[in-house]
Amino acid sequence: MEYILNPWPWYVSGPLIAIIMFMLIYMGKTFGMSSNLRTFCTIVGAGKKTKFFDFDWKSQRWNLTVVLGAVIGGFIAHFLLSNPINIDLNPDTVERLSQLGFEDAGKSLLPAEIYSWDAVMSLKGLSILIIGGFLVGFGTRYAGGCTSGHAITGLSSLQKPSLIAVIGFFIGGLIMVHLIFPLIF
Amino acid sequence: MKYIKFLIVGIFFGIVLVKSEAVSWYRIYEMFRFESFHMYGIIGTAVATGIILLLISKQLKIKNTEGGLMNVPAKEKGLVRYLLGGSLFGLGWALSGACPGPMYILVGTGVFTMLIVILAAVLGTYAYGVLKDKLPH
Repeated sequence: MEYILNPWPWYVSGPLIAIIMFMLIYMGKTFGMSSNLRTFCTIVGAGKKTKFFDFDWKSQRWNLTVVLGAVIGGFIAHFLLSNPINIDLNPDTVERLSQLGFEDAGKSLLPAEIYSWDAVMSLKGLSILIIGGFLVGFGTRYAGGCTSGHAITGLSSLQKPSLIAVIGFFIGGLIMVHLIFPLIF
Repeated sequence: MKYIKFLIVGIFFGIVLVKSEAVSWYRIYEMFRFESFHMYGIIGTAVATGIILLLISKQLKIKNTEGGLMNVPAKEKGLVRYLLGGSLFGLGWALSGACPGPMYILVGTGVFTMLIVILAAVLGTYAYGVLKDKLPH
């Protein structure tokens, strides 16, 4: 039981993620989480004006069900299957975060400096969440996939476009962490 | 009833991503600073296992539950959309610390401010849909 309650090592988690991808393909579907964002647009009627959203969203009910499951899974893992253990971050990372103003790095999944309601109530905090989310939604659809669709499924099926997309993910991520973070934090 | 299998896969997905800490903003930050092998290990072993599973299923011509051959949708050819779109996603991923899967999963862990990120992501997707024909692909 301790093995389950403690954080899972990468060599257990990685293969399990591949099995999740494989199960969805075995069920005649595919592993792609960002597609659901498009489905949400269609559900609220975006298809009436914009062709990109004009499709039968009910054909995506299976993927919305995966999303519902993911929320439930997050609840189960966090509240029922986890010892309260800090994330074992590199001390250099923790030190650097502390310089940027992030206290308690690794003591929770997400930094309170960004995700607490206090932080969200400030203009800066709210802007971070909105800009971050907007870029994820815009970028994933522009690139035709996210970490699940490109990095896991696309690379596993040896597709060149996915390799280019993953290189793009890293270009963006490196620019944000190394060039933009020092400016905003 | 036919959706139960998808619900179970989703639950399993949520559990694995929380237990692996891949849903943590800190882990994403650490990854982009190259200060830990953790995330590279997860993605690396996922892709290695994925390649093997897909190759085996192709060799053995394993059929999916719908009766067809197992098939991964082919991505369209292109360069600009993948590099530019990918970079925009990367910027947002590093800032919010959440890609589209973890966004939902984190709501389950009780982070309700994540709903703001999800709403913004839906708006971002909508903006792409509206601007699609004007963008280089």
